[in-house]
Amino acid sequence: MIAIINYEAGNLASVSNALSRLNANHIVTNQKEELNQAEGIIFPGVGHAEPAMESLRTNELDQWLKDTNKPVLGICLGMQLLYESSEEGNSEGLGLIPGTLKKFNSETKKVPHMGWNTFTEVNTDHPLVSNFDDSEYFYFVHSYFAPINKYSIANCHYIQDFTAVVSKGNYMGVQFHPEKSGKAGSLLLQNFLDYVHYTDLET
Amino acid sequence: MLAKRIIPCLDIKDGRTVKGVNFEGLRDAGDPVELAKRYSDEGADELVFLDITATKEKRKTLVDLVKRISKKINIPFTVGGGINSVSQIAELLHAGADKVSLNSAIVRNPDLINKAAQQFGSQCIVAAVDAKRIGNQWTVFISGGSINTQKDALQWIKEVQQRGAGEILLTSMDKDGTKSGYDLELLQAVNAFAQVPVIASGGAGTKQHCIEAITEGNADAILAASIFHFQEIAISDLKGELKKAHITVRETT
Repeated sequence: MIAIINYEAGNLASVSNALSRLNANHIVTNQKEELNQAEGIIFPGVGHAEPAMESLRTNELDQWLKDTNKPVLGICLGMQLLYESSEEGNSEGLGLIPGTLKKFNSETKKVPHMGWNTFTEVNTDHPLVSNFDDSEYFYFVHSYFAPINKYSIANCHYIQDFTAVVSKGNYMGVQFHPEKSGKAGSLLLQNFLDYVHYTDLET
Repeated sequence: MLAKRIIPCLDIKDGRTVKGVNFEGLRDAGDPVELAKRYSDEGADELVFLDITATKEKRKTLVDLVKRISKKINIPFTVGGGINSVSQIAELLHAGADKVSLNSAIVRNPDLINKAAQQFGSQCIVAAVDAKRIGNQWTVFISGGSINTQKDALQWIKEVQQRGAGEILLTSMDKDGTKSGYDLELLQAVNAFAQVPVIASGGAGTKQHCIEAITEGNADAILAASIFHFQEIAISDLKGELKKAHITVRETT
């Protein structure tokens, strides 16, 4: 079973519908007990970093996320909150992945980066993105980006190169919205489900 | 590279898809959920649903429709028509809409943009502007084009952007329903200062019109209704033509 974390910044209906289309058994919850029952966690997010962190703290979900060894997939703001901090309101993140989110420079191009874009580079050794190349389009909507570091497993370009997919240990994150990215997005979510199932068999 | 978006628009009246000519003379064009699914399968990049008969008692029908759509399709979609409060926006977003389009309500109450953007983020707040050329400027009309607000469209677009709208849905009332091409001058005038994406709307009749809106009008996305509903132009063919014109599009096949 997959648990979608329910907090103030969710695009929950879309993620839940996407998992239903993949026939994936899932729940939407903000209860630690229920998260403990799940094999994989999806951490969605839309909106602002600071209120989202506040909301996580209310239910002590921040600590739960830091402690878990279950596979976690952060989506959009959910991915961004995995990092140490963000220029957005100078907020603190969960600190699970090194780095600080930066704001796009809006002098040359429109911000947010909104619409369909491709990977410029992808590390196909990672199961989350193993069957992708630079021809698939994903739907992005964001004004802040994660700079590329050694945990980036796929990059994208808008104004500058930035991290599109990140992975460190059991924590994974995608800057785009797989639940809104047509067939390519469904495939990525299926990769995560397969990964959860795989690690589930391992343990 | 960021692709230019093709956005079919579905005008909804009493739960059915319709399309008018110059905001009048409605023709029935099918079930919105079926059409939405077809468009998403054909490679539409996004969808817009405009409820043109939004009244209180029909609001629930719209929310139910949004729920049905979001279960079926896996691309972003915007809902608009008669939305005038933060609670209505919340209801539609929770039902599965990715963005809401606000038009008359933000002219009457511009603070709604600030409030909505603060609560839900600018990315889901689309400011829809219906502009009509009067003399040598464009004027904003509301209530489905029936009320002249006397507002200068360019000034108004600057204001909505500053208040936190994340995208502009720019409809030329002069061109809407005419199939004579987008209003390129209007698009150029807006894109000269716009810092958020601009969706061109009103006037699409041929593939060439769509190309011009992007290459000459600098539109980030093009929206059209009847050319897609009546299958005059297939989305895949349109994308093929855009690609030939060296425009980046998302290929889905």
